Amino acid sequence: MERRIGMEASIAMAEAVGLCDADVVSAYPITPQTHIVEHLSELVANGELDANFVPVESEHSAMSVCCGSSAAGARTYTATSSQGLALMHEILFIAPALRLPIVMAVANRSLSGPISIWNDHSDIMAERDIGWIQVFVENAQEAIDLTIWSFRIAEDKRVSLPTIVNFDGFILSHMIEPVLMPDREQVQDFLPPFEPLQRLDIDNPVSMGPVGIPDVYTEAKYVQHKLLTDAYGPIVETFGELEKHFGRKYRPVETYRADDADVLLLTMGALGETAMTAVDERRKRGQKVGLIKLRLFRPFPYKDLLNAIGDKPVLGVMDRAVSFGGPVGPVASEVKAALFSARKHPLVPEFIVGLGGRDTSIADFHSIFDDLFEAAERDTTPDPRFVGLRE
Amino acid sequence: MATTFSPISVFAARLMPKEQRFVSGHRACQGCAEALAVRMVHSILGRNTIVASATGCMEIISSSYPDTAWTVPWIHVAFENAAAVASGVEAGLSILMKKGKIPQRKIQVVGMGGDGGTADIGLQSLSGAMERGHDMIYICYDNEAYMNTGIQRSSSTPYGASTTTSPAGSLSIGQHTWKKNIPMIMAGHKIPYVATASPSYPFDLAQKVKKAAKVKGPAYLHIYACCPTGWRMKPDMAVQIGRLAVETGVFPLYEIEQGVLRITHKTPELRPLKEYTKHQGRFRHLDDATLEEIERRVLDEYRKLERREGLAL
Repeated sequence: MERRIGMEASIAMAEAVGLCDADVVSAYPITPQTHIVEHLSELVANGELDANFVPVESEHSAMSVCCGSSAAGARTYTATSSQGLALMHEILFIAPALRLPIVMAVANRSLSGPISIWNDHSDIMAERDIGWIQVFVENAQEAIDLTIWSFRIAEDKRVSLPTIVNFDGFILSHMIEPVLMPDREQVQDFLPPFEPLQRLDIDNPVSMGPVGIPDVYTEAKYVQHKLLTDAYGPIVETFGELEKHFGRKYRPVETYRADDADVLLLTMGALGETAMTAVDERRKRGQKVGLIKLRLFRPFPYKDLLNAIGDKPVLGVMDRAVSFGGPVGPVASEVKAALFSARKHPLVPEFIVGLGGRDTSIADFHSIFDDLFEAAERDTTPDPRFVGLRE
Repeated sequence: MATTFSPISVFAARLMPKEQRFVSGHRACQGCAEALAVRMVHSILGRNTIVASATGCMEIISSSYPDTAWTVPWIHVAFENAAAVASGVEAGLSILMKKGKIPQRKIQVVGMGGDGGTADIGLQSLSGAMERGHDMIYICYDNEAYMNTGIQRSSSTPYGASTTTSPAGSLSIGQHTWKKNIPMIMAGHKIPYVATASPSYPFDLAQKVKKAAKVKGPAYLHIYACCPTGWRMKPDMAVQIGRLAVETGVFPLYEIEQGVLRITHKTPELRPLKEYTKHQGRFRHLDDATLEEIERRVLDEYRKLERREGLAL
């Protein structure tokens, strides 16, 4: 039976890892990820989770330990943020190439400099191409559900790829929210025991991580791309399983009051909840705005996104990171790439929002909606706007 | 030369385990003493071993897909993290055994890297793994420079050696820093076993590998690995040069067991340094004055080591 309780999102996530009976947790402390790994260490210290907690000397070693333990056949978890994720960068590419189904939470945070401990998506947007499955969550319940789901999809033999659960630092990680916490039995029913594709086994020796000469490298990368792209099917299927077991529905792309909307805004992560409140307020005024929420970031859900956009004339895209000197908003850039092949596509105004912990209010979303209506009226795309910029 | 060199009378191949775990067909250079050392180490460690290798010579020569020289499970992740990966394998195996998910038995986890992967880029990861007390062996195969990338200097390159990034020139004697002492840094971690070894002394090496495997907790082996290509010497002299390194005091063989140091191959009368350097192109540019300066320091370091024998470090 699930329990209805109030719990901080980070603690809820750690509890979910405990319910999944992770074998190895290896992590290095970094704000705002700390509460997850502190709670996991407590679970291990109190015998509530039978796992090896490996307190490493850096995030680079955290991901390296995860590669080693996952290759040994252990269910492996880590969590990090910001500079820590950046320090892992090199090894992040290697884990999927070795088909190691590690699960990691990223408490999204800005990147230095200037150094900032606060929330945005700069850390993960610098890691778009690492070859991991990536989802974003909006609240503590989603953090629980999709952590449990992450082990299931990562370890699915058709997939066997590492998976990241992105959740916004502080504005979600440190929020106490009411959640439905499943019990161990429910989780066990949903999540079968981990059976690795291959493992470091003295009875069946394998060499993992060999040299890829030019004759094989292209093929190795093609297979990796195809695996991650083809993971889409199992992702949708296991979202369905999740719904069957826990009653909550998840889709690669989710929408809110979008069907009859005149203008749309695309969000990713916890700010989607604030955006929903702003949408409701607009709707009360009779203005038809709607939201598209990108749940699955990798593999990128092209078809779902195009279906959600339909023939709407304006799609604003909210970005929480900057691609300097380039397309400005990394998510907008991907969305525009997705739209390029569509026969008809909307105007795509871009908004850079909530960098380095800058508070994003309902009023900010209203100013964005104003811009969207104006773009529709003028039938032109405004320049990308840094929302709330003080000049 | 052959007349002044003590014959390797003790070596008898038949006394080493016959079954190889690091097998022929790999792509090492002729006369590579590192490959020789790896072969010896793994014939001694045997079947129940899992290896985590750093990027480097031994990784590229042994694992070019679809070939492998390894008959034991082997994993390569990156350059600077072999110790962390090995510690992860150990953490994974031990919890799986504890939870009854795999059979309970002794599996020796071994991390390995070259001197660059150990003394330079991998030092932090190694320090972490040793400090955390994992039941594993880490082995540095020290060929005293970045040989895989073309003989660039590392912090393990000896004073005076000419490399491609510490070239001898009109204003430079080559490497101008003294070799970093990694075994002593490892001893500073208070791990149960630290030793230096050389494939030129196979029985000493075998003893140390066995001891390293036996201790509960981390063990560190620093193995001298003569590199004919990088040291610019004849490939057929690798074993001899390894013995001369010990006999001149350049690479003393010792072990530190539970903090107590013991020199395992005593050399009261060190041979003249020149007997070691004259065969190696990397030292060819050094004048007599510099060689004497190096010899004085080698002697000084050796005497210090002797004074520390039997003392708890």
